[in-house]
Amino acid sequence: MSKPELKTISLEEIEALAVGAWILGTGGGGSPYLGLLNLRRLYAEGHRVQLMSPLDLDDDDWVAVVSNMGAPLVGQERLADSRNIARAVRMQEEINGIKFRAVMSVEIGGGNGVQALMAAAHLGIPVVDADCMGRAFPEAQMTSVAIGGLRPYPCTLYDPRGIEAVVTKVPSWKWMERASRKICVEMGSIASTSKAPRTGREVKDWGIHFTTTKAIRIGRAVQEANRRHEDPIAALLATEGGKKLFTGKIVDVARRTTEGFLRGSTMIEGSDADRGSRLKLSFQNEWIVAWRGEEAIATSPDLICVLDSVDGHGVGTETIRYGQRVTVVALPAPPVLTSPRGLEFVGPRAFGYDLDYRSLFAPAEAGA
Amino acid sequence: MKRIGIDVGGTNTDAVLIVDEKVVHSVKRPTTADVTSGILDALKALRANPAAAVKVDAVVIGTTHFINAVVQRRHVQKIAAIRIGMPASASLPPFCDWPADLAALVNGDIFMLEGGHDYDGRPFMPLDIAALKEAARKIRDKGLRSVAVCSSFSPLDPSCETTARDILGEICPDVAVTLSHDLGRIGLLERENAALLNASLHDLAITTVAAFRKAIADSGIDAPLFLTQNDGTVMQAEIATAFPVMSFASGATNSMRGAAHLSGLDDAMVVDVGGTTSDIGQLRHGFPREANAVVEVGGVRTLFRMPDLLSIGLGGGSHVDEDPVRVGPLSVGYRLTSDALVFGGARLTATDIAVAAGLIEIGDRSRVAKLPKRLIEAALRDAWRKLEEDIDRMKTEAGDVPLLAVGGGAFLVPDRLPGISEIVRVPHGDCANAVGAAIAQVSGEADQVFRDLSREDAIAAARDIAADRAVQAGAARDSLKTVDVEDMPIAYLPGNALRVRVRVAGAIADPDLPAAA
Repeated sequence: MSKPELKTISLEEIEALAVGAWILGTGGGGSPYLGLLNLRRLYAEGHRVQLMSPLDLDDDDWVAVVSNMGAPLVGQERLADSRNIARAVRMQEEINGIKFRAVMSVEIGGGNGVQALMAAAHLGIPVVDADCMGRAFPEAQMTSVAIGGLRPYPCTLYDPRGIEAVVTKVPSWKWMERASRKICVEMGSIASTSKAPRTGREVKDWGIHFTTTKAIRIGRAVQEANRRHEDPIAALLATEGGKKLFTGKIVDVARRTTEGFLRGSTMIEGSDADRGSRLKLSFQNEWIVAWRGEEAIATSPDLICVLDSVDGHGVGTETIRYGQRVTVVALPAPPVLTSPRGLEFVGPRAFGYDLDYRSLFAPAEAGA
Repeated sequence: MKRIGIDVGGTNTDAVLIVDEKVVHSVKRPTTADVTSGILDALKALRANPAAAVKVDAVVIGTTHFINAVVQRRHVQKIAAIRIGMPASASLPPFCDWPADLAALVNGDIFMLEGGHDYDGRPFMPLDIAALKEAARKIRDKGLRSVAVCSSFSPLDPSCETTARDILGEICPDVAVTLSHDLGRIGLLERENAALLNASLHDLAITTVAAFRKAIADSGIDAPLFLTQNDGTVMQAEIATAFPVMSFASGATNSMRGAAHLSGLDDAMVVDVGGTTSDIGQLRHGFPREANAVVEVGGVRTLFRMPDLLSIGLGGGSHVDEDPVRVGPLSVGYRLTSDALVFGGARLTATDIAVAAGLIEIGDRSRVAKLPKRLIEAALRDAWRKLEEDIDRMKTEAGDVPLLAVGGGAFLVPDRLPGISEIVRVPHGDCANAVGAAIAQVSGEADQVFRDLSREDAIAAARDIAADRAVQAGAARDSLKTVDVEDMPIAYLPGNALRVRVRVAGAIADPDLPAAA
């Protein structure tokens, strides 16, 4: 085992991470607030989280991929708990007879952006500076490891009543989504999960690298601009090479649930430079397509982020409402998502839109 | 119907007599440190007018006393917190997101035990009766006098909380018990926080309501007492004693409700321009639209039913800067009558600009006669731009709506604004708060998740629950009207889960009649 350089993450960086993860959630993934409360408590108790570069993993290391699965509303009554996520990880070790070197998040966006840190603090192992989405997506097969064709099983699910479940074997990632979702619903529509364990080699080849650092960087840019009374959105765009798509006011929100997902659209009426025009956003938990009239000007997997125009914080599809002043920006997607095989999993057609993905960013800009 | 409305504000205590929906007489008296002697002063002054010395049916008080206790960390008491829902949520115990200073004052002990429900009404774990009894004995032995109980998904099924109340009642009968489902909505931490705050105000609520009663009795009035709550409706004094947190935001709400009553408009935007700030809100069906989001009280996150208000630093006492021309957000505050130019002071204020522009006649106009015309125009434009932007921001639907302009600084509101069909200025606008208290109705609310019901059936079921709660709070059932309906489909839940929130309100039931079944 090599001796990697580990960096201790400060509580101040975790506060920034919560802001950045909510922005990278692109409207979904739930709020990181309860995870942040857990980490404040863990830090007050003396726990610390160490950050490890994915490049420092040995090929035969094991990495636990963690997430909370379920309805954000249920998460408001059954609160995130580091013990549960840690237990789901231990189950993988028991089942596979392995020992994890580190943990990583399945998605850096939204509430799951802090799950890996909670597990790491509890288990006393580092968190890998990487994830499998580089943002948030609604389904289990919408990950870099699925795009990479890596094995989707086993997945452990833990419910704090002491119910433990394993999806031992499935033929595909879509089956993993269906089978684990059914179990999750029985558990009360929320469960702590540890996805198929990954080797160090797999994380190096298929993980989306340095996204924890990225979320901290984004959150910090926004927080520091707010402290200096400067434009937080300009600061975010300058840091991440994003593009401003539209500025305006929410004038309509239409929501419905189909097959368990929150789908719908919202209309934004332009102000400032966009006065006189409108932008429509379609969402499925996350913002998926931005329309100007009939033309799709931005689509998944590019990150469409709706931000509060004043403080630059993320605005979620569950909380958006008429009258909010918002700025819509696009951030470049990680290259693995924009590859031809990546687009089969997370391009506009994966969400039912008969559209070709066209990146808003030149290839040189589209770094992870 | 003859009612006295009283608004106990930071500066003034206003009292108004309303007979058959018309304002008969109103008075303003300084608010006193003990609050109640100011109320007695105002009542005596009101009753000194022969027209107002009639027998009244009810006295309704709007007060910021309880929220001030939390904000100022005064008169809060040590309580016990009982959380039911283990083994879930164990890492985030009661008080986990409170400011440390307030938690230290309030946290007397924490008990976390098994029980609670799932989102679909199934029991989460069997309720741990033995642990409940053990907690009750410890509470008794420690001498704690007030307890907050919060169980997971109790808005769907309150049975764990009511069982806890029964057990506490057997083992420590003198302890006051706040149940979170009586206060709250889905969102365990926020609902629990509301219950904890409420429990911490128990003793203060008892002494305050008793003092209110005494002030009323001392003024020779024999009528039932009501307190206004955050949503612009009233509760009987006995209920206010049990739920002091429900009065937290009643001031702004009373002002909006009063404006609606005085103007006869039920659906409008409202701007209340005071000396220091302007509060902007929206009336829907005669009630303020409520904040959907988390509301912080004294640093504690809650989901109180509070009006969705935007407060901006613009009022009659706002400083006017000349280079660049800017109105507010600083203000001369209560020193307006000494510091403003028209009152012989040296500070250029929004009031001076309004006098110079001929919008109002107040003070000595000759003192602002030499103000440059372009300064007057630029300052008014700045004030109007701020109002325009923020009023538009608070609108929740496209299209033109009327705007009610009330408060002492209402002259700062221009006669036309984009997105506003007309600006309505009401007589007695300066005592809109007390009018709002006097005309308040009784309400009830339900907020639940419904499964496998059509949208219409789910809303009807929620309305029935809300109506029962309103009647319990003192409303006449046949007068109830639905004032707010909101439904929200929920992601990732099976059975077409729909979260529905319904609020109803109606007239205060005649105390001489038995409550309608």
